[in-house]
Amino acid sequence: MEFAYLGAAIGAGLGVIGAGLGIGLLAAAAMEGISRQPEAVGDIRTNMIIAAALIEGVALLAEIICVLVVVTK
Amino acid sequence: MADANAGANTDGQVDVIGHILDRDYLEVPFLNAHHLIDGRFDLPQLEPILGIDLSLTRHVVWMWLASGLLITTLIACFGRPKLVPTGLANALEAIVLFIRDEVVLPVMGESGRTYLPFLLTIFFFILYCNLLGLVPYSATATGNISVTVALALISFAVTQGAGIANNGLFGHLKALVPGGLPAPLLIIMIPIEIIGLIAKPFALAIRLFANMIAGHIAILVFLGLIIMLRTYWVAPVSVILAAALYLLEIFIGFVQAFIFTLLTALFVSMAAHPDH
Repeated sequence: MEFAYLGAAIGAGLGVIGAGLGIGLLAAAAMEGISRQPEAVGDIRTNMIIAAALIEGVALLAEIICVLVVVTK
Repeated sequence: MADANAGANTDGQVDVIGHILDRDYLEVPFLNAHHLIDGRFDLPQLEPILGIDLSLTRHVVWMWLASGLLITTLIACFGRPKLVPTGLANALEAIVLFIRDEVVLPVMGESGRTYLPFLLTIFFFILYCNLLGLVPYSATATGNISVTVALALISFAVTQGAGIANNGLFGHLKALVPGGLPAPLLIIMIPIEIIGLIAKPFALAIRLFANMIAGHIAILVFLGLIIMLRTYWVAPVSVILAAALYLLEIFIGFVQAFIFTLLTALFVSMAAHPDH
């Protein structure tokens, strides 16, 4: 059953990769948008936080499942 | 956060999961003469009512403390409002203004003023729970999945209520599916929209819960490294990293309360005005 630990650890890492890519792309696009249109910074910030929260929600769901794998092993 | 000693025993293991679980006792410093530092204060246990165990647990107690502290501070600050607030009232007013002018009004428009008291209550309750959870020997009520699910269900109920109040029951149900779709597509779209409906509060609950849990586990693991590695030499690094994470946790406490409020405002606004 030690493979449960391995699976959970790999799963946690994969989840982080996905979330990191997602939030990185999101932040890059938001920065570009702000530099093109500095006056829209407020709207961009709000929408960026909403999207980041949605991405983060999926990533955290993956991490919770990994924790559950270890706990209920 | 309870301290790292609470979950540790002599064989160099740190009970990470036990640290974040709900317990039927409070951890109290200097209570028990046998343990120099840690004591337990057993909470009163009740008989199950209709098969439901309503006994006190440490998360319940800390949630009540958060509510009590919230009511006390707000009444002390704004019971007799001054024109120019000072001290804590000033800080709280800045937060209230931020939520009103940066979150609720831009997202919801002028109709957001109706929901402002509800959104501010949600925000301050989550904020107080998050921050109280960082006090040593305390427990994070928002780090309990039941608490966050309850909060998300309240948010869900308000969202649906706002949709029904603004568009009527039929209009609200109709607005769940985008208009102008050909009939065969509806077979696919209706289940997807229903899943989306449930996924919103689910994501709210999981996000708050997982963020609180993750920060506390990270702090505990950094401190627990000292016990796990059985050497004092990692202590400076561990303590510095744990202190930095602790500061990050204070920030995350604010951010998560903010995001919960923002998303609730967004969902309510989307249900109340489905055409934009």
